[in-house]
Amino acid sequence: MKIVVNGKVENTDQDTILNYILEKNLEPKTVIVEYNFKIVKKDTWNNVKIKDGDNLEILNFVGGG
Amino acid sequence: MDILKIGNKEFSNRLLTGTGKFSSKKLITEMLKASGSEMITVALRRVDFAAGNENIIEYIPKNVVLLPNTSGARTAEEAVRIARIAREAGCGDFIKIEIITDTKYLMPDNEETLKATKILVSEGFHVLPYVMPDLTYSYKLVEAGAAAVMPLGSPIGSNRGIRLKEVIQILIDNIDIPVIVDAGIGRPSQAAEAMEMGADAVLVNTAISAAEDPVAMGKAFSLAVQSGRMAYLAKLAEESKTANASSPLTGFLRE
Repeated sequence: MKIVVNGKVENTDQDTILNYILEKNLEPKTVIVEYNFKIVKKDTWNNVKIKDGDNLEILNFVGGG
Repeated sequence: MDILKIGNKEFSNRLLTGTGKFSSKKLITEMLKASGSEMITVALRRVDFAAGNENIIEYIPKNVVLLPNTSGARTAEEAVRIARIAREAGCGDFIKIEIITDTKYLMPDNEETLKATKILVSEGFHVLPYVMPDLTYSYKLVEAGAAAVMPLGSPIGSNRGIRLKEVIQILIDNIDIPVIVDAGIGRPSQAAEAMEMGADAVLVNTAISAAEDPVAMGKAFSLAVQSGRMAYLAKLAEESKTANASSPLTGFLRE
């Protein structure tokens, strides 16, 4: 299915947010996920099913002044 | 004790620092230890999948208050979104509003900043807006419930010092919430200058992180801030155009 991640269209066969994050080799503890423009808490990532056309923003804190 | 209260937190150290542009993240931890800074800024960005994710937060000791910024926001709406995400991510209730469309001088948009301040205050944030020094806007920010105002001394990262001194002095003299000089401070002496003027605190990032030894520079800034604050509290002696002898003008040995 096609989803938009951080503004770019991509294909994925991952079924949940958690699996998507793990597939990308990201440490779940350190990233923040917006699913269709709503923040989803980490403890529910396993329950959120990814559907065709979904929008994901995957964010992290970086250095800044 | 000389305590600075911002929002619901009390600070004994008046140097706020930033996490931008350190050559290694470990230096942030060491700099915080050396400077004693109790509040530090972080930014929120999309994960760079090619580079892998970093977690700047783990380099910041738990006793240091996080001040996420809304850098990258061009409108109030974007700033509000970033603030909400930062809070949801466990960064606490403090937010530095930074709304910029001008890429050459990185000057903040006071109008959008005021809008975002109103919204975020109503949502329970402690709002620290980065602003172009302006008395009227500062009054409006106070009325909107901002926790502090953060006027720039000179453009971000320029290290040019407090070029907007006259206006910043007017803010310091008239604004009842903390005035924190943010941006442009390039040297410890300039930080001391801001504190002598009566600023409640300063925020320094580039001048520390881009120094050859950021840890020692963090400490140098911290000492300068303490020194400037102490001078302000001690009340400076008056200036005059001509000399005022400091030795007695009588009892000379020449007669």
